[in-house]
Parts: sequence; C-alpha cells; structure tokens
Amino acid sequence: MKILAFDSSGLVASVAIVQDDNLIAEYTTNYKKTHSQTLLPMLDEVVRMTETDKESFDLLAVAAGPGSFTGLRIGSATVKGLALAWNIPVVAVPTLEALAYNTWGSRRVICPIMDARRRQVYTGLYRFDKDDRLETLMDQIPMDIDELIGLLGDRGEEVLFVGDGIDVYADTIRQKMTVPFSFAPAHMNKQRAGSVAVAAKKRYEEGIYTSGDDFAPEYLRQSQAERERAERQKAGGAANE
Amino acid sequence: MEKEVKILAIESSCDETSAAVVVNGRNVLSNVIYSQIDIHTLYGGVVPEIASRKHIEKINQVIRQALKEAECTLDDIDAVAVTYGPGLVGALLVGVGAAKSIAFAKDIPLVGVHHIEGHIAANYIENKDLEPPFMCLVVSGGHTHLVKVVDYGKFEILGITRDDAAGEAFDKVARAIGLGYPGGPKIDKKAKEGNPDAIVFPRAKVAESVYDFSFSGLKSAVLNYINQAHMRDEEINEADVAASFQKAVTEVLTEHAVAAAKEFHMDKIAIAGGVASNSALRASMKAACDKAGLTLYNPSPILCTDNAAMIGAAGYYEYINGTRHGWDLNAIPNLKLGER
Repeated sequence: MKILAFDSSGLVASVAIVQDDNLIAEYTTNYKKTHSQTLLPMLDEVVRMTETDKESFDLLAVAAGPGSFTGLRIGSATVKGLALAWNIPVVAVPTLEALAYNTWGSRRVICPIMDARRRQVYTGLYRFDKDDRLETLMDQIPMDIDELIGLLGDRGEEVLFVGDGIDVYADTIRQKMTVPFSFAPAHMNKQRAGSVAVAAKKRYEEGIYTSGDDFAPEYLRQSQAERERAERQKAGGAANE
Repeated sequence: MEKEVKILAIESSCDETSAAVVVNGRNVLSNVIYSQIDIHTLYGGVVPEIASRKHIEKINQVIRQALKEAECTLDDIDAVAVTYGPGLVGALLVGVGAAKSIAFAKDIPLVGVHHIEGHIAANYIENKDLEPPFMCLVVSGGHTHLVKVVDYGKFEILGITRDDAAGEAFDKVARAIGLGYPGGPKIDKKAKEGNPDAIVFPRAKVAESVYDFSFSGLKSAVLNYINQAHMRDEEINEADVAASFQKAVTEVLTEHAVAAAKEFHMDKIAIAGGVASNSALRASMKAACDKAGLTLYNPSPILCTDNAAMIGAAGYYEYINGTRHGWDLNAIPNLKLGER
C-alpha cells in the first residue's frame, strides 16, 4: 500500500510518501510562499528523489479541514486532479486528527489547536488508549480559546497542545490553564503529511474513503456571505428578498 | 500535415466551472460548463468564497464529462491549458490546482492561459478563416478592452476602462431599475420594449486617451435620473431607461472599435466576452462594420460566456508558440494581457 499524502491546511505545506509501515519521503515547509507555488514542486521533488513511479500510488490522503479556506482548496484541487488522473481513491483526514497523530501513543489528552481568527481556534480532543488506538474525545469544531481552556479545566486531565494555535495563544494558555499542560516541540507541533498518511491508512482499512470526484474539504464554517444572509433571514430580513 | 494537438482546457476564473477538449485550437470536441449563477443570484452578485467552494465540488465531474463527450481519456491528451488570471484568486486556484496535478500525473505539458486571450480566441472556433491581425473588443462583467491582435498570443491594448467594466455597469443599472442579477441579459430583454432615444445619457470620453472607456459617469447619470424621478414621485419607464442606457454603452463601444480598426488599417473586427452576446451591441457593431466595409466576427452566445473551449483555443496557440508553465504556476488575479 503506497500512500501519497498532503497537508496544506495552514501555513505549513507538507507532502509525504508512506509505503506500508515506512515513511519513504516527507517534505515540509513552513514558509510564507503560497501553497500554489510550493505543493506541487515539493511533490515533484519527492517523487524524483525517491525515483517513485507516478503510477504506483494506491491511495491519496489529504488533510481535509478545517484550516485556511484557500489552503484547503489548493490541497483539495491537487488531490482531486491526481485522483482523476490515476484513478485511485482519496481518504479525507480531519486536520485535527492528523495533528493528533503527530504525538502518537500519548496517554495524555491531545488538544490540537489551529488559529481560526476572531479569538477562536479549530480544536478537538484526542487520546491514544492502552491499545494505542486513537480515541476521539471531542470532534473537531471552532471554539473560543477561553471556552476551550475552561472545558479542559473541567475535564481535569493533563493536556498536550499541538498545532499553530500555540503560536498565537501560548500566553493565554499559560495564564489561564488550571490543569497541567505542555506544548509539543518543533518536530511535532505543526501539520505533517506523514501523520496524514498514517491516519489515512487506518481509515482506509476501516473502509472510510471516497472518490476524487466526491471529495470536498470540510471547512467547519460557512462563508461570510452565507452567515450574514442567514442572520438577515433570522432577523426577519426576508423582506429584503 | 502537422500533428494533431488535443488539449484539455480548464476555466474557473469566476462563477463558471468549465472543461473542454479542443483539437488544434479550433475544433471543439466538448465544452462542458457548470454555471453557479443560481446560487449567486441570491446574493445579487458573485460571492468569491461561495464560487471557490462550488468549483471544488464540481471540477472533477466537469472534467470527466468533457473527456466523455470528447470520447477520449487523459491518455489521449497532449497538454493541459488553464486560465490562471485575471479573475477571482480563490476561484482561479481550483482550476490551476487541478490542471497542474493532472498535467503532473500524466507527464504532459502545462500551459497557463490569460482569460482575455481566451475570450479573443473564442472567435477562432466558429470562424475557421479568422487569423490575426484583427481588432478585438472584449467586453464582459469584469473586462472592457480594445485590443489590437497583432498575431497569435501577441496583443497591443489600445483602450481599457478607467473604472467600471461595461458588464458591471449593466449589473448596477439593472439593480437600480429593479431588474435583478445578472444585469446584461435582463437589460437586453427589457430594452427591446423601450425607446433608446427616450433619454439622452452622456457618452463618456476619456480626454487623454481616445480608446479608453469610462462607464461610472454613465452609471451615475442613470442612477441620478432614477433618483430624481423618485423624488418627484414620477414613475420611470424602465424599458426606456434600459434601452437608452444600453444605447449609450453600445454606441461608445462601437465607435471606439471602428475608429481603431480604421486608424490601424484593420479590415476585421471581432467582439468577445459576455457582453458580446448583447443584441444591441451586435446590431450596432454590425451596422457600423457594414458601413465602414469591415468584417465583423462574433462568437455564439455560449462561447461569449466564460467557457473552457476558448481557453483550449488560446492554449493551443500558446502551446505552438512554446509556452510552458512549471509546477509552481500560481493564480494571478490581476494578470496583464500578454504577460507570461
């Protein structure tokens, strides 16, 4: 089983090739260039470097959201095009679940956080059980950072934070957390396509995959225009229609 | 005989998701267009984020349908052409992303195409005899360009709009009269019931540049006319406003195009873009061209809208000229015509 995985949900762009239980290549950049300029050249590079036959992939995996809308779409368009051309399935991995896989085996509560602006983070709660299976304690959602900190305090368990939300909210977390916590270090605190591939393999084995045609990212948020329209209608603004 | 070149073309610069298969730039095997217009009508105009999301949902189905209708597979395709600007960046990125990964997956060349170059090339599809040089008037919701087409892929821009695009003015005026979105077809229809000489709206000239356009003054004049009527509690004749406004736009467009053709000794004028399917513009261009002894070319309405066949036509000539883009091709929302 040869998996080609992508994560372009945040500032990081990452491409990985995982074959069975081996990471063959992983290329991750955390730089300001747009994913449109980095993702495919990175793929080209790893394919060349590892002399991989392009037609040899069995499965595509992608961090399917949440994340930057544009970032998600660049990854999605890439994966959809590849799926169409190679005629192979796609596993959509929730971005937060892939981040949880960065700290595989942790018995602590894993809390990935991604900056979602407006004092919010995209977050979820995960833990690896005694058999090292990922447990989802709370599905991924957008949440106010203060609400999240309160919720973690109520749980009363030790927390391991991962994700780019740390860069934005480290001070808030240090000030307000009432339970022990730590921040994952540099090699595991941002998106990695290797983790996406590993999470995807698990999902694929459980029969959870889709076609490139049907795949679309999971934004977890409506567009601003849709939100505003819904609010107008709720406020009885249907007269405007 | 030169080898046949079969191009898969993709267009997603605004609110149409489109894919086409085009042979040698002129023979369209398929041209599938998924229009999102119904969704955007709810918002009175194109919402970029919604457009981008719809593109992602539909892109593969549209490409697959284009291949199916062309009775071919990706293995038969020689190159992938894609619009990479100008347009809505989020929307463009979907087409660009898919085009790049397909070209990469199949080891075939990638050719980025300018959206306006596509509109111009739409004229090649139905007019097998049309070859540069010719004058081209490109008018759509986002663009108003008077272009001297010197050769395939070689352009001189003689005039552009200084403010609103012609189609944008149609949308805004249609909204003001209460016709709704999209304004172009609605005004065209309403104007048929009205008198184009009922109201004299200003014909905007740009002092220092004879071929440039300006439509914001005209738009304001129409809005003022409507407001003043409202203040006096007078009913406006919507059909007369639509017809008179439309005449003011098409007259300027026609005059500029014909004057430019004469100055640069061109005997052919082509029109392109969404507004090129406006019946008044077609009629006025036809009359002026007949009078001046010029041949007028205009694509069928379907090729005037945003569509991938025109990108396949332009992409072919870019391909023949050696244009190749790398895997780092990015969407460029304000791409200049002729830039590569």
